[in-house]
Amino acid sequence: MPRALFGFLVGGALGFGLVVALRAISGLEIFQTEQTGYPHLIVPGITGPLGFLVGIGCFTYWFRWAGGAPTIPDDHSQHGASSWKDYFRFNTDHKVIGIQYICTTFFFFIVGGLAAMAVRAELAQPGTQIVDPSFFNGLFSTHAAIMIFLFIIPVFAGIANYVLPLMIGAPDMAFPRLNALSFWMLPMAGVLFLASYFVPGGAFDAGWTGYAPLSTGAPLGQSFFNLGVQFAGASSIATALNFLVTIITMRAPGMTFWRMPLLVWANLSTSLLVVAATPFIAGVQFMVLFDRALNTNFFQAATGGDVLSYQHIFWFYSHPAVYIMMLPGFGIISEVLSTHARKPIFGYRLMALALIGIVVLSYTVWAHHMFVSGMFSWLRVPMMITTLLIAVPTGIKIFSWLATLFDSVLHLKSTSMLFALGFIVTFVVGGISGVMLGMVPLDIHMSDTYFIVAHIHFVLFGGSVFTIFAGLYHWFPKMTGRMYDERLGRMHFWLTLVGMLGTFVPMHWIGLQGMPRRVADYSAQFGDWNLVISIFSFVLGAAQLIFIYNVVVSWRWGPKAGDNPWRAKTIEWLVTSPPPVFNFDEIPRVVGGPYEFGVPGARHAIMAGDEGHEARPPEPAVAGTASGSSP
Amino acid sequence: MNRGTYVRLFGLMILLTVVMSVIMLIPDWNGIQGSAEADNIDTLLDIMIVVSCFVFSVVVVMLGYCIHAFRAKPGDESDGKPIHGNTKLEIAWTVIPTIIVLFGGAYSWIVLDDIEAEAANQLPIEVTAQQFKWTFDYPEQDVTSDELHVPVDVQLEVNLTALDVLHSFWVPEWRIKRDLVPIAEGNPTDVDNQFVVTPNRVGTYSLICTELCGFGHSTMQAKVVVHTQEDFDAWVAEQEPAEGEPPVEAGGES
Repeated sequence: MPRALFGFLVGGALGFGLVVALRAISGLEIFQTEQTGYPHLIVPGITGPLGFLVGIGCFTYWFRWAGGAPTIPDDHSQHGASSWKDYFRFNTDHKVIGIQYICTTFFFFIVGGLAAMAVRAELAQPGTQIVDPSFFNGLFSTHAAIMIFLFIIPVFAGIANYVLPLMIGAPDMAFPRLNALSFWMLPMAGVLFLASYFVPGGAFDAGWTGYAPLSTGAPLGQSFFNLGVQFAGASSIATALNFLVTIITMRAPGMTFWRMPLLVWANLSTSLLVVAATPFIAGVQFMVLFDRALNTNFFQAATGGDVLSYQHIFWFYSHPAVYIMMLPGFGIISEVLSTHARKPIFGYRLMALALIGIVVLSYTVWAHHMFVSGMFSWLRVPMMITTLLIAVPTGIKIFSWLATLFDSVLHLKSTSMLFALGFIVTFVVGGISGVMLGMVPLDIHMSDTYFIVAHIHFVLFGGSVFTIFAGLYHWFPKMTGRMYDERLGRMHFWLTLVGMLGTFVPMHWIGLQGMPRRVADYSAQFGDWNLVISIFSFVLGAAQLIFIYNVVVSWRWGPKAGDNPWRAKTIEWLVTSPPPVFNFDEIPRVVGGPYEFGVPGARHAIMAGDEGHEARPPEPAVAGTASGSSP
Repeated sequence: MNRGTYVRLFGLMILLTVVMSVIMLIPDWNGIQGSAEADNIDTLLDIMIVVSCFVFSVVVVMLGYCIHAFRAKPGDESDGKPIHGNTKLEIAWTVIPTIIVLFGGAYSWIVLDDIEAEAANQLPIEVTAQQFKWTFDYPEQDVTSDELHVPVDVQLEVNLTALDVLHSFWVPEWRIKRDLVPIAEGNPTDVDNQFVVTPNRVGTYSLICTELCGFGHSTMQAKVVVHTQEDFDAWVAEQEPAEGEPPVEAGGES
């Protein structure tokens, strides 16, 4: 860590020195401090994080190799983590990286949540009381950017990082060093986002969408957003490539595509979206940065730039991003529901195909964010049709989950199951408002109002965040080897549900009645509802403290969890909790589907040691001794 | 699981749909209807509310029933029935929603065509937005104002110009919204910067900027007054001496 910080300073100083030297040689004014300029701060914004990555050791192996020096053979001595300090080091163990991801993203969840609390405090009463409008714009912009780029997207990468290699019977990810590099780029994105609060002009305040030309002319903070997105985006892309290669090439023998758990399918689909879509936001933020710093002219209206192009390129990423933030959650819900309902997933193949259907369709719907933007008007109807059609595969998933619960043996004692069931209700509400917004005549009235705010929070909070909690409670015993406190978990769930409904349900109403989004002040007629919303939002915020407390205390002092406390079938539950440093002493062999609950004698995978005891699914009267440890 | 249970569950879904629809249709969701287009849009919303109540009821009744009927007894370690799927059912819940959303899409398209239909007589108005101020020009009347005064029951042809960043024109009672896109002078462009709306209710409203445009975004509003034709003519007549300067007390006589 000290070396990394030193690297950060050296990198930043080199960048700063380079700019100063070049400008001095060229006879330019050394510090260019016009509103969007500041090259002596932007360049260190790139070189500082790179210095950090070098300092922490992300490139050590590659540099030695590229330079022809003898590489240090990896003796795996730094695999695993024996104390909390090990989590602050460069580590190529996918389980350590998974924990690093989850803890880092929850740190940003708290930061983004505090920004939301500040927004709600300001909005509790009409008028401006607590923050001035400029700072308010910075608050909701950083809230959204942090929650999207530094919490929801990477926390799913973290959960999958931990669980997915175990689930497919792999010893690690395909590219462990790339995996570590992907993780360490993330805190750098966070540093850049948060640093924007301390630069002249304050935090970036053009919304997380950063629409040009507001963003091209905004103060310096916007450049830090442009740069932060590069690091978060590069991290996403590298992780997605890693997942694709891992899933395609490293599955245990016998795991055909149709035997993959749905979480694996979900991350395969998500990764397909990330690798193709994320370069678009990286590109468009560079274009904005170039407009700002280099006087290029992509989007600046005053000099003939094309304003609407920004929105097209931005949403060509950011609509698929909605599914990048939802598909991994779909995977988690499938795992949790089938395990706690003791039933195979209903229509497994259609569930997998629905994911692929969403991937394909999600590339064809972006302009539904632009129905009132003044874009080419003919484009609206085709985009409306594809937008409405994407409700079909999503509906298939909801109906299949419900059918999975039918004729089940439903266990409600686990908090993960509560979040999964709560997710179904809240996500359906978000889906319904999404279909309404997809209809052009309704969207003309609803867009850019609080109805949108309600919709995105129903899908991102009632959708993504509920699935994140379901997943964390589900795999907490596997990750830590300890059980969490179910009583606190239930309290967390119910307060979160009530807080969430109380916060976001009334937003539909005030939006339709005429309250626009992204305003620091509003007409007095919405005062009462906003007060109600603010009170519930504080309940929602406070409820998360229960989760943090529960996790911290249980991780340290919780009762020991067995290898398989939920009696699940997938491979990660066949190893100890927490799993051995190299996952598997022997490679498991996959012999059946992942959710064969209630099928006598059926198993998903067997360890080599069990060879010969392999049960044949359709034989009902298999000898009791043959089924080994499987219930 | 017998036939009677399915019938009762279906009955419960319908009952819940009806009850929820009735309750959900009571509030005036979109508020006062102030334009000829509003009624069409609100009807579409009402239809969507009923459809949504049905979808929500199906999900909630099924979920509630499963939790009620299949909840594990304490200590029950058995598994559920190994049902892997049902092709007919899966085809049904792929095809039926497809039909419903395509119907919704077609109906929305019809509504969209209706609300954008051009009338024979239009009143052209030039709307100009800048941080954080609205300006309205009436080329036929040769009037400029910082309040939007319009006659009732006349279709307005609104032409939009933004001088600095994106803004958006929204009068909630009219249900119409459109972004104002800044375009460099003389730059050929595809931006669709014109829309039509027919206010049909006399009264005073607010024009709200709905596209984030900077620190003054939440204050960027303008007064909108819909007059009878006579009052509008009187207002225009009153403006002429003050032409070129934004009149200040113009809203008084509405």
